[in-house]
Amino acid sequence: MTSIAAPSSRTRWWQSRTVRRFARHRLALVGMIMITLLVLACVVGPSLLPYDALYVDLRARFSPPFTGQHYLGTDPLGRDQTARLLEAGQISLLVGFAAMVLSTVIGTAVGVIAGYRSGWLGATLMRMVDAFLAFPSIFLMLALAALLKPSPTMITVIIAVTSWMEVARIVEAEVRSLREREFVQAGRMLGLSSSHIMFREILPNVMGPIIVAATLTVARAILLEAYVSFLGYGIQPPLPSWGNMLNGAQQYLASAPWLAIVPGIMIAIAVTSFNFIGDGLRDALDVRNDHM
Amino acid sequence: MAGFLLNRLWQSIILLVIVSIIGFAVLNMIPGGPLSQFALDASMTQADIDRLRRQLGLDQPLPLRYLDWAWQMLQGDWGRSYRDGAPVLQVIGRHLPATLLLMGSSTAISIAIGTWIGIRGATHRYSGFDYAATIGAMVALSIPTFWFGLVGIYIFSLKLGWVPAGNMYTIGDQSWLNYLHHLVLPSIVLSLVHVATWSRYMRSATLDVINQDFIKTARAKGVPERRVLMKHVVGNALLPMITLAGMQLPALLGGALVTETVFTWPGMGRLFLDSLGYSDYPVIMGLLMLSAFLTLLGNLIADIIVATVDPRIRLS
Repeated sequence: MTSIAAPSSRTRWWQSRTVRRFARHRLALVGMIMITLLVLACVVGPSLLPYDALYVDLRARFSPPFTGQHYLGTDPLGRDQTARLLEAGQISLLVGFAAMVLSTVIGTAVGVIAGYRSGWLGATLMRMVDAFLAFPSIFLMLALAALLKPSPTMITVIIAVTSWMEVARIVEAEVRSLREREFVQAGRMLGLSSSHIMFREILPNVMGPIIVAATLTVARAILLEAYVSFLGYGIQPPLPSWGNMLNGAQQYLASAPWLAIVPGIMIAIAVTSFNFIGDGLRDALDVRNDHM
Repeated sequence: MAGFLLNRLWQSIILLVIVSIIGFAVLNMIPGGPLSQFALDASMTQADIDRLRRQLGLDQPLPLRYLDWAWQMLQGDWGRSYRDGAPVLQVIGRHLPATLLLMGSSTAISIAIGTWIGIRGATHRYSGFDYAATIGAMVALSIPTFWFGLVGIYIFSLKLGWVPAGNMYTIGDQSWLNYLHHLVLPSIVLSLVHVATWSRYMRSATLDVINQDFIKTARAKGVPERRVLMKHVVGNALLPMITLAGMQLPALLGGALVTETVFTWPGMGRLFLDSLGYSDYPVIMGLLMLSAFLTLLGNLIADIIVATVDPRIRLS
């Protein structure tokens, strides 16, 4: 019925096939380690640094990295770049995670319902998915962010609203393939309610693809946050995010290139790590390999 | 074929209706509606705004307003820009060619390089090249386009001085060579993500084809390996790529917006950002609808091409 066998009493969860296969995936391990370090640095780091992310020191403007007391230099207001990067990491990662949770919940709900209901409801929901996919997400996000006053919560909601469709598509296809299976028919025969069958009987069998999609959605959400914040419609200063740290960087590209280079490296590291982890999970959870 | 075409066209029209409802909802979701920007204008009283609301028919029920709006869009009346009063379609028309040029050249780069990497990865599976391409693609998909643009400008414009740092041409020099010089860096920057996507899909499509019986037959007949690869494998592997090209359109448009911003390229993306700055709703709406419309059109064309080439699809 399902590929996930109940672990026998002697094997612990970390000895399960899934975990072993994930651990063998070198890129996924690299991703895990990088993300763990990054999260630790962003959570613990700011309290260990002698500078506050918002402390303005006009005498120390544009200090290059690795000179003096500022490890990664300072910005045009003389604020410490390291402190800002770590603080920004908190925001960017938090927005990424929260947007992932929200969009996975929306996508899963839509996907399960659309996959289980074959009639007009399912068809309408999937046409909605197609319609949302027709908009370039950056256009839609920018329009929404410019019209609604952007706060971190609002940005999270906007990212979720523009990125739930992938999950919905994956879940819909999986649920549709399970809809006529014996265990579902048995559930119907027993008189279980549709919502019980959908969310208690079918959904657990679709968790693998959902987990993989959710991991990749974190990567995507961090990127999207960076895009809107870079363009000035995302997280608003003085709150730093990796995206908005790059917002003014272009005008100082000739004199202070580190302002542009360093935050971008952080984004690339975070997003690459989540993509690596997603790839490893796809192998470990035996999720059908569509295009990678 | 006629049945397939009609069916596919019908689907696109339904999608277009849903897309327009979403677009309309976005515009009317803003607190205060399309007139919200005037509320900040000190020289306009609430009475003025109420009068405008009646004049523009904004006091009508929503479904009625939607029908009215959709009917005007269909007739080609997309409203006038708040900024200079020019018709929205005309404003967009002025910026469209620059975006299409950028998208076209970067698509050409992506297809050429991505196809090559994909085929080589599939024929030399699990080789060093294949691993490097796989990891490289994943990293490329994780790099924000705008950052890649900034780094590109820093290295190739500011340090090496090979290419200009922005704009579409040097004022006073409109030769095609000058355009090309300005086009090189932005199109490479925009193509990075798409080279990655394209090479991944091409690799798996090639692997799908390479193990099929007709390839073995061709080899058994004594067809030279090079010809097997170029004609039988690549020809068949490229088929799903046509659909992919259609599906990649929204990402390409979004990437173009970011690239245009970094390189001050006078296209649709820059227009969109400028219009956001001016709260120029008619233009914002027009661009939002146009981008979705272009995507639907692209997907439709891709499906028609695939169905023309591959009879299995239109018969199923």
